[in-house]
Amino acid sequence: MDKPFAITLDPGSSLANHTGSWRTFRPEYLDRLPPCNATCPAGENIQGWLFHAESGDYEAAWRSLTENNPLPAIMGRVCYHPCEGACNRQHVDSSVGINSIERFLGDEAIKRNWQFMKPATQSGKKVLVVGAGPSGLAAAYHLARLGHAVEIQEAGPYAGGMMRFGIPKYRLPREVIEAEVQRIVNLGVTLKLDAKVSSIEESMQAGKFDAAFLAVGAHIGKRAYIPAGTAAKMVDAISVLRSMEGEDKPMLGRRVVVYGGGNTAIDVARTVKRMGAEPIIVYRRTRDKAPAHDFEIEEALQEGVMVKWLSTIKQAEEGEITIEKMALDDKGFPQPTGEFETLAADSVVLALGQDVDLGLLEGVPGLEVKNGTVQVGPNMMTGHPGIFAGGDMVPSERTVTVAVGHGKKAARHIDAWLKGTTYAPPPKHELAGIEKLNTWYYSEAPHVVRPMLDILRRQSSFDEVVQGLDESNALFEARRCLSCGNCFECDNCYGVCPDNAVIKLGPGKRFKFNFDYCKGCGVCVAECPCGAIKMVAEEN
Amino acid sequence: MSFQPVKFYQTGTFTVGNRLLPPEERSVQSDSKRFNSINSGHRACQGCGEALGARYAIDAAMEAADGRIIAANATGCLEVFSTPYPETSWQIPWIHSLFGNTAAVATGIAAALKVKGKTGTRVVAQGGDGGTTDIGFGCLSGMFERNDDVLYICYDNGGYMNTGVQRSSATPAAARTSTTPAVGAEPGNVFGQGKFLPAIAMAHDIPYVATATVADLRDLEAKVTRAMEIRGARYIHILVPCPLGWGTASHDTIRMARLAKETGIFPVFEAEHGEIKSVLAIRRPLPVEDYLRPQKRYAHLFGKQPRIDVIAHLQAQADRNIRKYGLQARKGGH
Repeated sequence: MDKPFAITLDPGSSLANHTGSWRTFRPEYLDRLPPCNATCPAGENIQGWLFHAESGDYEAAWRSLTENNPLPAIMGRVCYHPCEGACNRQHVDSSVGINSIERFLGDEAIKRNWQFMKPATQSGKKVLVVGAGPSGLAAAYHLARLGHAVEIQEAGPYAGGMMRFGIPKYRLPREVIEAEVQRIVNLGVTLKLDAKVSSIEESMQAGKFDAAFLAVGAHIGKRAYIPAGTAAKMVDAISVLRSMEGEDKPMLGRRVVVYGGGNTAIDVARTVKRMGAEPIIVYRRTRDKAPAHDFEIEEALQEGVMVKWLSTIKQAEEGEITIEKMALDDKGFPQPTGEFETLAADSVVLALGQDVDLGLLEGVPGLEVKNGTVQVGPNMMTGHPGIFAGGDMVPSERTVTVAVGHGKKAARHIDAWLKGTTYAPPPKHELAGIEKLNTWYYSEAPHVVRPMLDILRRQSSFDEVVQGLDESNALFEARRCLSCGNCFECDNCYGVCPDNAVIKLGPGKRFKFNFDYCKGCGVCVAECPCGAIKMVAEEN
Repeated sequence: MSFQPVKFYQTGTFTVGNRLLPPEERSVQSDSKRFNSINSGHRACQGCGEALGARYAIDAAMEAADGRIIAANATGCLEVFSTPYPETSWQIPWIHSLFGNTAAVATGIAAALKVKGKTGTRVVAQGGDGGTTDIGFGCLSGMFERNDDVLYICYDNGGYMNTGVQRSSATPAAARTSTTPAVGAEPGNVFGQGKFLPAIAMAHDIPYVATATVADLRDLEAKVTRAMEIRGARYIHILVPCPLGWGTASHDTIRMARLAKETGIFPVFEAEHGEIKSVLAIRRPLPVEDYLRPQKRYAHLFGKQPRIDVIAHLQAQADRNIRKYGLQARKGGH
C-alpha cells in the first residue's frame, strides 16, 4: 500500500497497548456493612430500605423493611434507634433520621393498606407462640412467612404485650398497634386473646404443636422494702400503666411520687401528669446515671414533671413520705448522707423493674432458670428441645426492638429445627467506618426535626407527642443516607478513571473494571464516596 | 454562576453522576456512551491528572459541538503519552505540529474552516503549562488579540514533567524541580517569578477566560460548555496535579486538586471580557500546609527544622487569592 512520505506504518489505536500490565495493585468492588445495619437489634437492612425510599418507592422500601421487622409504624415510635447513634452522617453534620423515616413508611403502609405476601407453600408444621408482645408477634410473622401454621396464645385481652400495657398512648397510639397486629393476623396467624397458657407442655400436647416459642414478657413489678404505714398507698408502675388500658383508671391522688429512674418511671410520671396530678420522681442516683433515655427525661421535665435526684424513700405514711439525700461515692454508687426531707405524697408508684411470670414452665424437663430469666442457647432454644424463648423473659436488654430481633432469630432457628437442620447466619461483611468514606461528595443537608405537640396539649392530653414527617421531608431525610460501604451508582469511579478503565453496566448493575487498561492508580478508591472499592495487591 | 447549582439528591451534584438525577441534568462524564475523546491505552503515568482533565474538557466540548471538533496539540506530556507513533488515543481529528505554535496552528484551522464555510466545526487548542505559558505564549497572545475563534485549554501541572520535571513559568514558588533544587537559603522555585496566565488572558479582554480543576467536574464541564457557546478567543486554564512531578501518591490526584482549591492556592473563577463573573467559593477552608505536606516537591519545608517562614509566605499568597477573588466559604456551600 502506498503511504505518504516518511510514513511506514498504518495508524493504530492505543487500545493495542494494554496498560493493565503496569499494575501492582488492583481495585476491587466490595460491599461493606453499614454501621446502622450492624447495630440494629432487629437486624434490619436499614440502608437497603432507605435505598428504595430515596427514589420515592415507599412500597418497595416498606417491603424491604418488613423482610426483617413486621412492625415499622410501632418501631418508628418506640425504638430507641441505636442505628442513629452509629450513623456515619453524624461526622458530616448529623445522623440520618432513620427512625422518623421508618415511622413514615409504617404510617404510609397503614394508610395505603399494604399487606404481607403469603407464603407460596405450607410446611404442615404447627408452632405455638405464647404471648402477643413484640417478640411473639415477630416470631409468628416470620414463621408464617416460612410456611408454618402459627397460633399465638395471649393471656391478656389485647395484643401488643408491653407495647400496650407498658408504653403510654402519647408515645404509641393504640390504633397503630391494632393495624400492625391485624396485618400479621391477615397473613394467616391465629391470635387467641384471653388465653393464658398455664402449662406449656399441656398446651403443646392439646394443640399438637411441633414447636413453641415463649415470649411472655416481664410483667410483675419488682417490690422494694419500704417501711410504710398501713394507710400509705403503694402501687407498682406496670399495674398503673396497665390499668390505663381498662375502664377503671387508677386512683392515685394529687401528689404522686414515682420511685425509680428508668423509662417506666418516666412513662408513669408523664401519664400521671396528663391525668391532672403532680408527679415527683424520686431516684437514688443522678440524671446522667439514670437508665432512662435522656430525651425522655428532657421531655418529662418540659411537661412539668418534678425530679428529686440522689434521693431514696425511707418511710411512707398516709399523705407524706420521708426521703433521704444520697451522695455518690468514688465508685459512683449512692451512699446515704443522713439528711432527711418530707414530701407530701398521696401515693407512691414503684418503678423498680419487672420480673417474669415463669408459672407456665413448671415441671418442664431440661429447662434452666437463672436470676428469674429463662436460659436459652445461641439458637434461642431452651434446654427443652422444641421450646424456644425470647423477649424480656430471656437475659438481654429489654426493649421492643431487641424483642423483635429475638422473634426473627428464633423463627429462623425454629424453622431449621422443624426441618431437622441448623440455621447458620451468612457471614457479615467488614464494617464501613467513617474512615472508609470520602465525605467531600455529600453536600450539606441538615437533619429534618420531627415536630412536637405543643406543651399545653402534652400536659393535658394523651395525644401523640412526637409527630411524623410528610412525604417531602421524609424523602429529603432518606436521601441524607450516605450508603456507607455499598455502591449507590454515583458514577464517580466511572468518571474519575484517567484510563477509561471502568465499565458502566447500567442502572442497578453497578460497574466493573477493565483490567486490560487499569493501571492500578487507585483514584477510584480514593474518590468513591461510600467506600465500596478497595485496593488489593496483585499476585506475582 | 455558570456551574451547576448544588441540588440535593443524596450527594448533591458533587458526584460524577447520580441515579436520582434526571438524565438531562447528569454530567457528560456519567454517560455510558460518552465520547472518550482520549481513549484507553495511553501511556500517561498512573493517576495522571492531565489525561483525566483532557478527557473531561474535550468530551464536554464534543458534547457542546455535536461531535464536531478539531484539536491542535502542543508538544508536552499530553502529546507524548497519547500519540507514540503509530498509535493514537485520540478519537477526534487531532494535529500536533511544534511546541510553541499551537495557538497559531489552531488559528489557521479556524481560518480554513471559515473559508470552506464549515463554521459548525469548532477548533480547540490544547497544551501543557510549558507549551502555553512559556514556549507558546507569543502565538497565544496573538490569537487572543486577534480574537480568533479558538478555545485554548491549558492543562497546568506546574512544570515540564515528561522531560524530567523542569521548572516552567507556572511552577509555584518554593516547589522543588530538577532545575530549582531544594538547596541553599531559598530552596526550590524562587518567589516573585512566574506568571498566572488566566490574569494575562483577561488583560486581553477576550470574551471568555476561566480556571478549573479536575476536582470539580461539574464546574469544569459547565465552563467548557459556556466557552463553546461563544465565538472568538476563549481560554480555560485547568489545574491537573502530576503524581510524578509533585511527588504525590497516584490515588491522590483529585484530592490534591481539591486541596489546591480549598486552601486558596488555586483560585477557580470565570471572567467575560476581562471581568470576573463568578468564583467557586471554598467549601471547607483549610490551611495551605494541608496542601503542601503530601507533596514531595515541598518536602524540604517539613524537614527537621520546618521552614515556617516559607509556609507563611505561601499562606499569604493563598490569603491574597482568597481576598482578591472573593473565595471565602459561604454558608451552605456554594
